[in-house]
Amino acid sequence: MGVATVSSSPTSPSGGHLKRPGEVELLLRKGALVRRRLVILVGHGVLLAVAAASAAAILFVFYSIARDAVPFFRVRGFAEFFTGTRWYPSAHPPAFGAVPLFVGSALVTLGASLVALPLGVAVAVCLSDVIPFAVRQWAKPMLEILAAIPSVAYGFFALVVLAPLLQERGGPMLALAAWLVGAPLAALGVYVAGSSLVMRLPARWRPWVRPLVFALLAVGAVLGLAYISGRLKMVIVSSGTNALNVSIILGIMALPTVASVSEDALRATGREIREASYALGATRAETMVRAVIPAAASGICAAVMLGIMRVLGETMVVWMASGNAAQIPSPWYNLLAPVRTVTATIAGDMGEADHMTGSERYHVLFALALLLLTIAFVLNLLSEWALRRARRGGH
Amino acid sequence: MERSADMKRRGWLRATAFWVAEAMALALGAAALAAEGQPAKIVIDGSTTVGPIAKAFAEFYMERNPQVNITVSESGSGNGAKALINGTCDVATMSRFMKESEFKAAAEKGVMPVAHVVAMDGLAIIVHPRNPVKGLTLHQLRDIYAGRITNWREVGGPDRKIVKISRDTNSGTYETFKEVVMHQVPIAPDTEYVGSNGAVRQRVQTTPDAIGYAGLGFVDETVKALAIDGVMPDRATVASGRYPVARPLYMFTNGYPKLGSHLHAYITLYLTRKGQEIIEGIGFVPVTSY
Repeated sequence: MGVATVSSSPTSPSGGHLKRPGEVELLLRKGALVRRRLVILVGHGVLLAVAAASAAAILFVFYSIARDAVPFFRVRGFAEFFTGTRWYPSAHPPAFGAVPLFVGSALVTLGASLVALPLGVAVAVCLSDVIPFAVRQWAKPMLEILAAIPSVAYGFFALVVLAPLLQERGGPMLALAAWLVGAPLAALGVYVAGSSLVMRLPARWRPWVRPLVFALLAVGAVLGLAYISGRLKMVIVSSGTNALNVSIILGIMALPTVASVSEDALRATGREIREASYALGATRAETMVRAVIPAAASGICAAVMLGIMRVLGETMVVWMASGNAAQIPSPWYNLLAPVRTVTATIAGDMGEADHMTGSERYHVLFALALLLLTIAFVLNLLSEWALRRARRGGH
Repeated sequence: MERSADMKRRGWLRATAFWVAEAMALALGAAALAAEGQPAKIVIDGSTTVGPIAKAFAEFYMERNPQVNITVSESGSGNGAKALINGTCDVATMSRFMKESEFKAAAEKGVMPVAHVVAMDGLAIIVHPRNPVKGLTLHQLRDIYAGRITNWREVGGPDRKIVKISRDTNSGTYETFKEVVMHQVPIAPDTEYVGSNGAVRQRVQTTPDAIGYAGLGFVDETVKALAIDGVMPDRATVASGRYPVARPLYMFTNGYPKLGSHLHAYITLYLTRKGQEIIEGIGFVPVTSY
């Protein structure tokens, strides 16, 4: 019959073997050992079951969608769905070419990414390193409020306010946007180009040449921007419910996600990197661009993926404000044309397409949902892989 | 506890009396209910076009009969038919007739749909008030929606691209437009789809280059209705059939409602003078001229 003892001193009162100081000696009854193992096993099992439940739920969703999507492919095959460009599910005979839907989703995602990603990362950089702490205390909550606005409110705004605005003043709005985006970029470009140009000249000339070069470049930039905005002002937007409208709104919706996650990643790099960089004599810009952002690259990559997935899965805004026209715009990058996304099709067609009254129409929606789910999975896996690679490789 | 024979007899008598009274009360209650006509609850679902009529009738009827509760939803003609077939509603309001597949599904479930034509609806073709075009032929309308005419100047308007608004394929309005105007010609892929009559009006009233179609009841001073084949849509032209883009509005029930029941009284409101005044007030055309 053994005795349960725990002893941490080298001179154990029970007289067991002496090991190194601090080592613990444990003697248990045989039955107690088995019971203990059983308890551990049961505990592990319960926790495993709980964790597996979430994985099981995902698998179940995948399975039930795939189960209802397979009948469509069995009847209509893959070729038409993935390569056809005519989407007429309610016509006789119906056409299920889903390429316009894919193009619509892709176009809208691309547009929203152009809005949200640069702006989101810039906002994150500002919040973490540029803005004073006191300002950050109220700036970050305001950013979070953007994320709390329901998507139907965004859709309503897009339909009732932004669409008529684009129709009446689309050209001038585009021109203004060109100025707002182009002016800082042009200023930066003029400064960088001017400085590097002046550096190439002999030192004697520099004091005279520098103002001249800068003035010339500035005038050139202003003229270029004026030309671009002049051309944009002439653009007539005949329909305000188009891909541009939705891109802007979706960009604003994805902005808080991208900014928050990026900012967390930037903060997580820690003070040491920044202090080391400053200690080496780097300017703030050099620190950010060359030290901090590369260190936070994996987190920023994850933020980008999250933003893209948010935009890809958004339904309400696109259903209300994208025009729902299942077409490929004539130059593919024409954001001023109405488009139709996969999500809006699923939401909009669900009512009429029913088991009883039209089975192909019903199953094709599941095929679209399966595709969406697969793409989300793949994007998720990609971001996981990128994160893991970044962690291993290190920046 | 020991009971005497006398007490036991009285206990039995009381119990019997109690149960007889209960049975009589239940019978009376059932009779009263039957006399009023079930259900004291009417569930209505279906078209967004017929919805306003159903709602107005419901308000009118509930005012006269406060013990009846009528709920009206508008989830589209297709959904209304589905609900009637599944037994989740008593009346399906539809702006189109039931399809063959819906009749088949109903018969399989033992539901016998009966159509009541409660009003006539002209589909008004609407444009923005600033648009100078006053009318189109049916053929031009078809060409516009088929994508063969793409600029307003081809039909006498300004040199602007035509923005086509259509109802989504869920709706009876779309089905009627397709049947009466398009005749199997597919609608152009750059047509924009919206979810309700109100949404069509909202798009057209904010888009100068837009053309759309909506129920006559949805035309107000914020949009302009076009004359089709020279005929403007109004009560007389729709009821007489001169306006080409017109359709009957239906309410479907499962079998003919039991005479004297609340459902019967509700469903025959359109035959009464008051009901037709209500229909006209909403902007539709009554089936008879009172």
